[in-house]
Amino acid sequence: MSAPLLDIRGLRVSVENKEILSGLSLEVRAGEVHAIMGPNGAGKSTLAQTLAGRDGYEVTGGGVLLDGEDLLGMNPEERACKGLFLGFQYPVEIPGVSNMYLLRSAVNAQRRAAGKEEINAAAFLKQARAEAARLKLKPELLKRGVNEGFSGGEKKRNEILQLAVLKPRLAVLDETDSGLDIDALKVVASGIRALRNGRRAFVLITHYERILNLVSPDRVHVLAGGSIARSGGAELVSELEASGYEPFLREAA
Amino acid sequence: MSRTAERNPEVRELLERKYRHGFVTDIESDTLPPGLDEDVIRVISARKDEPEFLLDWRLRAYRYWREAREPSWAKLNIPPIDYQSISYYSAPGPAKDAPKSLDEVDPRLLETYDKLGIPLHERARLAGVAVDAVFDSVSVATTFKSRLAEAGVIFCPFSEAVREHPDLVRKYLGSVVPYRDNYFAALNSAVFTDGSFVYIPKNTKCPMELSTYFRINEQNTGQFERTLIIADEGSEVSYLEGCTAPMRDENQLHAAVVELVALKDARIKYSTVQNWYPGDEEGRGGIYNFVTKRGDCRGDNSAISWTQVEAGSAITWKYPSCILRGDNSTGEFYSVAVTNNFQQADTGTKMIHIGRNTSSNILSKGISAGKAQNTYRGLVKVFPRAEGARNFTQCDSLLIGHDCGAHTFPHMDIAHPQAVVEHEATTSRISEDQLFYCRQRGLDEEDAVNLIVNGFCKQVFNMLPMEFAVEAQALMNVSLEGAIG
Repeated sequence: MSAPLLDIRGLRVSVENKEILSGLSLEVRAGEVHAIMGPNGAGKSTLAQTLAGRDGYEVTGGGVLLDGEDLLGMNPEERACKGLFLGFQYPVEIPGVSNMYLLRSAVNAQRRAAGKEEINAAAFLKQARAEAARLKLKPELLKRGVNEGFSGGEKKRNEILQLAVLKPRLAVLDETDSGLDIDALKVVASGIRALRNGRRAFVLITHYERILNLVSPDRVHVLAGGSIARSGGAELVSELEASGYEPFLREAA
Repeated sequence: MSRTAERNPEVRELLERKYRHGFVTDIESDTLPPGLDEDVIRVISARKDEPEFLLDWRLRAYRYWREAREPSWAKLNIPPIDYQSISYYSAPGPAKDAPKSLDEVDPRLLETYDKLGIPLHERARLAGVAVDAVFDSVSVATTFKSRLAEAGVIFCPFSEAVREHPDLVRKYLGSVVPYRDNYFAALNSAVFTDGSFVYIPKNTKCPMELSTYFRINEQNTGQFERTLIIADEGSEVSYLEGCTAPMRDENQLHAAVVELVALKDARIKYSTVQNWYPGDEEGRGGIYNFVTKRGDCRGDNSAISWTQVEAGSAITWKYPSCILRGDNSTGEFYSVAVTNNFQQADTGTKMIHIGRNTSSNILSKGISAGKAQNTYRGLVKVFPRAEGARNFTQCDSLLIGHDCGAHTFPHMDIAHPQAVVEHEATTSRISEDQLFYCRQRGLDEEDAVNLIVNGFCKQVFNMLPMEFAVEAQALMNVSLEGAIG
């Protein structure tokens, strides 16, 4: 079997001196879609933020390899340039910075890091417009300030647009499905499905099985008490639906 | 105070020479020794071949200034200035110690030009290289002159206007900013040596943007510059002042005066990009910039719009203002002021509503980094007869780091009960969320800050003429270098 794209071993993370992750291990191979579920406060978002390199998430033990490289030694932009993408739970607004401008700056920063030339502006615009149309994002949102005045659903679709244009190796989507109505959810799910391929992996962090019914993950994990309490195939989703998280919380305790 | 000028032999010699030869222009000695008194003013006026009225006016300004006190109300820490240690006249021409080629220019300055995208042929001029002909600009300027002449537009050095159009100068000089206006305006009125003069005839739209950039024949006029722009009835002009490139300048004190007059139905748009030397990272050196800029909407339906990007100078004291005298006249002020390291800026505007249905719009964006202090100071005054007056003010401050300051002093003085005056203000830090979001997409920290700051300034940059807007954005990035780290 090939080496995992993402290899998390015994990861311990504290926030403000309180341990949130206490020895989490997870292997994700290229081409796979993993779902991470779990009750509020289990540490799902902490995992996502730690992987992306956010300040304030202190790693106290364990390690993470991305494509065989030490992820935790890199700053956030280096992680992004190595192919890690975080879909934010609450995408921030950046007034006055056009959505397209940020995205093109990001594409070019990543291309420079890879020793490639900057992208041709016309080609970029064409590509971004096509992806936006696929995600049913109104064209005027491309010109508007980043997430400025976007609805909740538009913000989430904008995250998927960035994902589609940046083409990362590993996409960690932190509750991208939360707060979406059923139509928006379908658009987001089909966006993810379209981006699935043998080289790319997804980690979907979610509360709800409904997106998993649309995306069908290869592996499902229950995160409880700071580590993976249970892993299984897609069938674990329906089990969770029936039982809730209660049994896992007891197991973890 | 140091020696007075009369007792200085060089001044006496110059004075005597003047009287011996009348009004000479060909003088070997080209710089007056330091010091200021009435004789120095007489020399300046004589060198400029000025009519009597102007000399009188200068002397009255000087006598007023001598009794006046420096303003102390601004939130600025201004080291004492020795006005007797300054030389108040230097003939046009490159300074003697000017670099002889770009090879002699400080490489760090050249690096900055590079970042700003300044064309190669402009760099020599900006760096103060002694060049006889300024490459392409000469022919460009000549072409411009003929197009302007065809339209009847007068655009010339102030001293030329004094000679060629004394009636216009006499009628309008000091009519917007009287010499008694303030300490620095009085000083400027007494000793100004040159500047720009613009007259747009009735019902004429100036065929091009007027830019000081193309005024190649005036050097060393920056210290006490005097600008007068008159837009006659129904005319329109857009004027650009300054340059994003840091200019070589040995003078620490700058006290310019700009007067704008808009007659009935006339429109003036005045854009400034100021990037004088701000001092070093420790706060040593840097230009003191004490500027009085005011526009008079003298006629009905007239409009004056100020846009400024203030990035340089150690100290900035500047309040471009509008007197809305004509009915239905409008005033606008769009400003970006960025301060880094130990820079201090106290800047803003005054909107004086006198006429009926006058309206004004103020948008101020202050950015503070390092140990800098950035103040917005504004006055909205509505006179009793200004029925239907409206103002909208928005002041936003952005802080980068934890050692800088942003301050807002909005004054309102409203004497009409139905006036509509609105003020909104925000102060924020560049948020960790915004920075992290950009970095997660692959931008490094410096690029992320630049992106966010440029977004913050965008509404103001949009008011600048196109090529200026692009330069302003590059300037922002250079100004904030090292702000994060």
